[in-house]
Parts: sequence; C-alpha cells; structure tokens
Amino acid sequence: MANEAKKKGTGRGRDRAKSIVTYVLLSIWALIVLFPFYWMVLTSFKSYGSYNSEYVPRFVVTDPTVQNYKSAFTEVPLARYFTNTFLFTIITTALMLVVIILAAYAFARLKFRGKNAVFALFLSLMMIPNELVVITNYVTITNWDMRNTFLGLILPSVTSVFYIYLLKENFEQIPEELYKAAKVDGTSDLKYLLKVMIPISQPTIITITILKVIECWNSYVWPRLITDDRNHYLVSNGIQEIRESGFGRDNVPAMMAAVVVISLPLIILFLIFRKKIMAGVSRGGLKG
Amino acid sequence: MKVVLEHLTKRFPNRNKKIHTEVVAVSDFNVEIPDGLLVGLLGPSGCGKSTALNLICGLETPTEGKIFFDSDDVTDLPPEKRGVGMVFQNYALYPHLTVRKNIMFPLQNFKGEDKLTKEQMNERVMQAAKLVQIEELMDRKPSEMSGGQQQRVAIARALVKMPRLLLLDEPLSNLDARLRLQTREEIRRIQTETHITTVFVTHDQEEAMSISDFIIVMKDGVLHQMGKPQDVYDRPANLFVAKFLGTPPINVFAGEVKKGDVYIGADCIYRGTKLEDREVWVGIRPEGFILKKDGALTCDLKAVEVMGRDTSIVCENEALTGQPTVRAIIPAETPIETKGGNVRFDIKPAKLYLFDKQTEEVLEGIQ
Amino acid sequence: MKKRLKETGRGWLYLLPALLFLGIFMVYPLIDVLVYSFEESYNFASQSYTGVGLYNYKYVLRDPYFIQALKNTFIIVIITVPVSTTLSLLVAYLLSRITKLKELFQTVSFLPYVTNTLAVGLVFMILFKKTPYSDGMINILIHFFGGESVDFIDGPYWAKMMVMCIYTVWVVMPFKILILTSALASVNETYYKAARVDGTSSSRIFTRITLPMISPMIFYLVITGFIGAFKAYSDEVALFGTDLNKAGMNTIVGYVYDMLYGDSGGYPSYAAAAALILFMIVFTITLFNLLISNKKVSIGGGN
Repeated sequence: MANEAKKKGTGRGRDRAKSIVTYVLLSIWALIVLFPFYWMVLTSFKSYGSYNSEYVPRFVVTDPTVQNYKSAFTEVPLARYFTNTFLFTIITTALMLVVIILAAYAFARLKFRGKNAVFALFLSLMMIPNELVVITNYVTITNWDMRNTFLGLILPSVTSVFYIYLLKENFEQIPEELYKAAKVDGTSDLKYLLKVMIPISQPTIITITILKVIECWNSYVWPRLITDDRNHYLVSNGIQEIRESGFGRDNVPAMMAAVVVISLPLIILFLIFRKKIMAGVSRGGLKG
Repeated sequence: MKVVLEHLTKRFPNRNKKIHTEVVAVSDFNVEIPDGLLVGLLGPSGCGKSTALNLICGLETPTEGKIFFDSDDVTDLPPEKRGVGMVFQNYALYPHLTVRKNIMFPLQNFKGEDKLTKEQMNERVMQAAKLVQIEELMDRKPSEMSGGQQQRVAIARALVKMPRLLLLDEPLSNLDARLRLQTREEIRRIQTETHITTVFVTHDQEEAMSISDFIIVMKDGVLHQMGKPQDVYDRPANLFVAKFLGTPPINVFAGEVKKGDVYIGADCIYRGTKLEDREVWVGIRPEGFILKKDGALTCDLKAVEVMGRDTSIVCENEALTGQPTVRAIIPAETPIETKGGNVRFDIKPAKLYLFDKQTEEVLEGIQ
Repeated sequence: MKKRLKETGRGWLYLLPALLFLGIFMVYPLIDVLVYSFEESYNFASQSYTGVGLYNYKYVLRDPYFIQALKNTFIIVIITVPVSTTLSLLVAYLLSRITKLKELFQTVSFLPYVTNTLAVGLVFMILFKKTPYSDGMINILIHFFGGESVDFIDGPYWAKMMVMCIYTVWVVMPFKILILTSALASVNETYYKAARVDGTSSSRIFTRITLPMISPMIFYLVITGFIGAFKAYSDEVALFGTDLNKAGMNTIVGYVYDMLYGDSGGYPSYAAAAALILFMIVFTITLFNLLISNKKVSIGGGN
C-alpha cells in the first residue's frame, strides 16, 4: 500500500518535471519568434543618436521618441507605398473573388459540354510554378505598356486555380435539392449563386480572401519586376528601397519604424481573425 | 385543381455511357388526379415515383406525353410558372437563412405586377407559419430545429406562394417513428384546411393508406392501380398491388382451380367459382382466416403471438410462396385450442383473391 | 436539345473570365517560356533571334553565377528542410502536450506566417550585422559565451549561409507547426489509452504510434518544403539586398530574375532556360520524394 502510494508520488513528480521542461522549451521557442518583433519595436522608439551610441544595445528605451515614425512618413513616401499596397490588395482580391466564384459555380453546378476536360486542364495547371510563367508575363505586360501601372500589377494575380478548386469542392457539398427548391420558386441561376451558394460557402470564401490578402500584402517579386517608379511601389519594394537608399544606410531606428508600420496591418488582422486564419491556412495548406 | 397526365413518359440515357439503352423511369402514364384531394403516389424504391413528381413540378421535362393543370397545358412551362409548391425529402431549407427568411424566399422572386410589398410579404409569411404552427420559431436557423420542425418550415415555404398544387417528396422518411405518425396527421390537417390538391410520394404503403383520399400505385415506371385506398386494398388489380398493400402482407399460395373449386394442396378452401380448371396464385389477407376445428385449410402451427387487440398465428404450409410462414390475424378473444401440431382455418371469401399464374392479374369469380 | 445548348453556353460564360486570365497569364506563358529557352541570341528590343538550339541551356549551365546560385540553393534546401521539419515536429509535439496557455503559444508560433518577409528580414539583418558602431545583437551574445564575433551579412560565406538558413527556418516553421499540430490532434486518443494500458513508455508511444500515424503529413511537408526551398529568393533579398550575385548569395530564382530585369537583365532566353532547369530539378526531386514516401508511408500504415 505504502509502496504503491510512493510509486504514484514519483510518477506525479516525473509528470511535473516533464511539464516544466515542456513549458520551458516552448517559452524559448516563443522568445525566438518574438524577439525580432520586440527588437524592431524597441529600436523604432530609440533616437538616432542613442541607437548609434549604444555599442552594446540596450533592451529598453530610456528616452522613447516618435521622431522615427515621423521620418518614416516624411523622408520616404511610406504613405504612398501603403496606399498602393492597400489598393492593390483590395482590387486584386475583389477581382479574384468574382473570377473564381463564377468559375467554381460553373464547375460545381452547371452542366455543359467539355466541363470535365477543362477541369482536368485546370487541375494540371495547379502544378505549374509561378516562376515559370513570370518571364513571359513580364514581357507581355511590358509589351502592353503596363509597366508602372496598377493594371500591370494586378492582372496576372487575378486567377488562382487552387482557390477555384477549393471553392468548387465547397460548392459541391451544397445539396442539389436546394438548387431544385430554388428553381421551383423561380430563382434565377445568378440569384441562387448570390443569395444561397455564396452565403452558405461564406467560411471558405473568407478563408480564401484572407489568404489572398496576406499574399497580396507581402508580394514582392512581381511588383519588383513590373515597377521601377517609386510612385507604384508596394510596401515590400518600399522596404527594399528604404534599406538601400531611404534614410541613408545607417538610420536603423527610422528603418525599424517603417518596418513596424508595414507589418502592423497584417498582425492586427491576424490577431482579430486568429482562428479563421489558422484554420484557413491549414485547410488551404495543399497549396504548393 | 385537377391534374391530368396524358401518356406521360420519361426516358433517361443509361448512366453507363457505353450502354446505349435508355432507362424508362415513367412509362405511358395516364392519370387524372381529382381536385382538392390528398393523393399518395406509392411504389417501391426506384419505381419512378420521384421522377413522376419532378415531371409534374417541372424540374424534369417529359420525353413524351402531356401534363394539364385543369385545362392548361403546362408541359413546356418552367417550374416557377406552374404555380406549384414542393417539399423535398431532406427539406432543402437554406441553412444560412432564418425560418422567416426561408419562408419569404419564394415571395422575393415575384416580379412585375405580382411583386409584393414588405408588409404583404410579412403577412403572407405569418399566415403560412401559423398554418403549420411554427410562429415561435421564426428567428431560428434550420440547424437549430428538429426534423419535424424543419419539415413544417419546408411546408410553409411551399405554401407561402399559394400554389395551385402542393408536391411532397417522401415527406416523412427522415423522421423517427413517433414524429412520423404525428406529422402525417399534420399533413392531413393542413391539406384539409387549405383544400390545395396535394400529391405526396412515399414507399410506405401504411403512410399512403392512412391519410390519402386517393392512391396511385406504381412499379418500374408503370401505373398499376389507382383509386380510394380502401377500394385498392379490397380489390387489388394484380398480385403486385395485393402484395404491396397491407401489413402484415397478404399470404400467397400456389393453388389450383378444379371443377370450379379452389384448392391449396389437398385442401379445398372455396367452392363454386366460375373459372375453368387452371393453376392460380391464391392470396389470403391475414385477417381473412377464421380459426375453426374442422376448417378447410390445414397448417402446421409454429407460434402464437399475442398482440393485445388481436392475436397473430404463425404457421407453415407447403404451398405458401414468397415468405416462410403463413400469418393469420384473429381476434384476441378467440380461444386457441390447439397446442402444437395442426391448426385449421376457414377462409373469408371477401379476403380471398385469385391471380393468373402468368399475368398475375386478378381473376374474377369469387363473390 | 435547345436547352442543353443554352446550358453549355451559360457554363462557358461563367468560366470565361477565369479562362481568359489563365489563358493569357498561364497557358500561353508556359508554351512561350519553352520557345524562349530554345531561341538563340534573342534580342529584347527587336524581338528577333538568330537560331534555335540548346545554346541558352549551355550558357546558363556554364555561367559561374548560375553555378553559385545552384550551389546556394542546394545548400539551403538540404539544411533547412530537415531542420525546419524536425524543429516543427518538436514544437508541435510540445504544443500537443499542454493545455494551459496552449492558444497563446500557438498564436505566437504562427505569427511569422503573416509578416512581411522583407520587413522582418531587415530586422534579422540588423540583429546579425556588424557595423562600425556596434557588433550587433548576435555578436554580443557570441562574445558573452566567449566566441569570436563575425560579420554575418558582409562576412565569410559560411556565416552568410548560416544566417540565411536560420532566417529561412524561422520563416517556414509556422506553417509546418500548424499542419503538424492539427495532424497530432487528429490521432485518435484511444490508441494512446490502449498503449498506456499496455504500459508503453511515452517515447515508444511517440515513435511507434504517433510518428507512423502522422507520417503522411510529415512527408507532405517535406515535399512542399523541398519545392518551397528550391524557389527561395525573397528571404535572400531581405537579408543581403537586391544584388545577390555580389553578395555571392544568389539563388536559382534570383538568377532568373536577374537575367530578366535589372542591371544585368534583358536576357529572357537565359532566364527561361534557367527557370526550366529549376522546374526540371524540382519535378525530379518531387517525383523521387513521392516514390520514397509511397513506400514508407504504406509501411507506416498511416491513413
């Protein structure tokens, strides 16, 4: 009896030790993840002078200043980059939603000749890496005289075969009877799509929207190819520009302020829609 | 409103594309559904009854034949122009809309001079809701309701457009036994109150018999018989209809007519038909047996099941076909003297049917 | 029949926008990139070429910058894929063992996924960089543990590669942790209970039950990890700037873009050849991975 109790006691002790190790390891990991964020916020509040005078950087700010944020908006056209990215993200995402919803609806609900063949073609396009088509797209947009225009930025990013596929799968789960019921009541196809299918598939559409917004906000390669005029830079290109010639190479605090401003929208979006985003990314994870 | 189907036929291409034969779902249907009745369209699964319903509703177009609502030919009209309401087997409620919005949905499709104002719509919705008694559930979503409640919402949604014809596809199949009983009475009540001609599809004969004014029995796309439920039950046109209606089902024996008398094995169970000598199927309803010491038909007693109101005698007879045991239902007060061994029955002529061995059509000759 | 025709028309009408965009920006470019890669001495301005052949491929494969890019890319792939997958598995496993604060840790773990890699890359650069004013955060840590300070951004090749790999791992881990966490959560609890009743040790439970069960997901992550790592580019730009050739840190994708655009650009033929070489490498390795994983996963008995 006593023996058994003792055994149990050590078992519990071992469990506790294990759980402490678990939490310690996770905390270290969290620290590694968060440290760069901490550092950028911290540095952004240091004055230029105090930053450069700290040979051993300090972990706290003694004299916080918002001067860096002012410079971020005045010395470089950060607000401009911001508006550009904002517009680019909104328009691209909205256009994409229209295109993929129509296509997914056609695949999921309409019966037409050649449907299976086109769908097979769509699926095979899913394997094609973007890097392969970017070359011709660059030439196409250049030939169309659309460099340094919003259209040039937006057009090649409007379709996503993967999202069409994701949405089609979702649309197909809506029972056929709902469509028949709507038909009996004289609902047109378009109205059925707008009033029934889209609302029912709302979670998937939100997921796709969020993923696309993240993708647009962070896109770098295509905008870099297609814009060389500062007035059309997106934030990623802006950051690169700032780094290479913005404040003069050494004004690190001002750079960090710009970085904070650029990172903030998505982080806020993430903290608000945390669960939706994480569920969406893990569901949409098949994207290759 | 009267519904008339004339030579209605629907053929589908075979699903297996390599086979070029067609599947005939509905074959040369000629039916006149009387005005203002509750009509049960009855048949085993896969017999084409849902296709028939879809044809009436307009979701499918017939390969041949015509459909009339009263005197209007509606064969080529799309569903929304036919003025029909339809309730689907799984209810097909829009999951993202509340009950109120679900019921209102059909009204919002009205165009031109039919267009309703917000107040009119609300009024119509409340009327429909009251009729099916769901006024307290108006702001719930379908997922927050029981199957029975969803069913009522579906009916309300079908009724709100004031259809000339209400169609229900297997309305009770998704409900549990208790709710099924309750809901079928509910359907009866609603139909009685609205007087809308109503057609419902079912594979459950008891369901159809219990509430219909009129039933249509079909199998493999072919119409077998129609009429008032009791008439069809009492005077089945053929062996299929006789077997399909009634629980427990009719007992079918291989029998013979000799010199006008009907024999099952060596037992003569009925004398004096006007039929010539021939082999026949003999059908006896379970309630057609009278337990009698010197009865005409001898069977091996297997079990006696007491069911309260009446007693079911389970026994065997070599001539029986289609099922392992003969089932006879007799009033509970009848004393059962035989314990094991043989039981003997007399047969009530009204519950006795003879069918042609080949065509399985009923043979007249028993009074 | 008329109705069928109408339906067909409507179907294609709904598809039209998608077809237009895909046709112009995906199908046509695919064919076009092949054509480019075989056209010799293509001139961007006059859009003319002198011949058809394998010259572009030969040129690219002999270009020292391409060889450097190839080498860098392979090192990144070989180091970051196993390291990030293993570390992610560890974090996911740790996350699966806790209940308190679980959501907080999950949220923190996922944070890098939603950040702009260019922006955070800049922070990493600052942390690792050695300047006249300061050795930088990381070097001070190294000093503290008694090591020699190194300039990770403009210093020796191995140091640059190290930062590169660390940053890549930091960037790709959130996604892997997320996938593995849900994979771990989907393992039926009863297996664990049964194993515990049999007195199985927790390490044995992990290697004999958990790992085989989630092995399809791990292989999936390895395959997508390979594909992703082969396409490495913007993380490099974030750390070392746009002139990756000068830094000696270019990747294959970087080489493609450099050939296309910028100071060394204007050679879509070379870019096309390089992109197709990359595609072939990725394709072969993915195929190879799939072959191996098919065998192993079926032995593991995962679903």
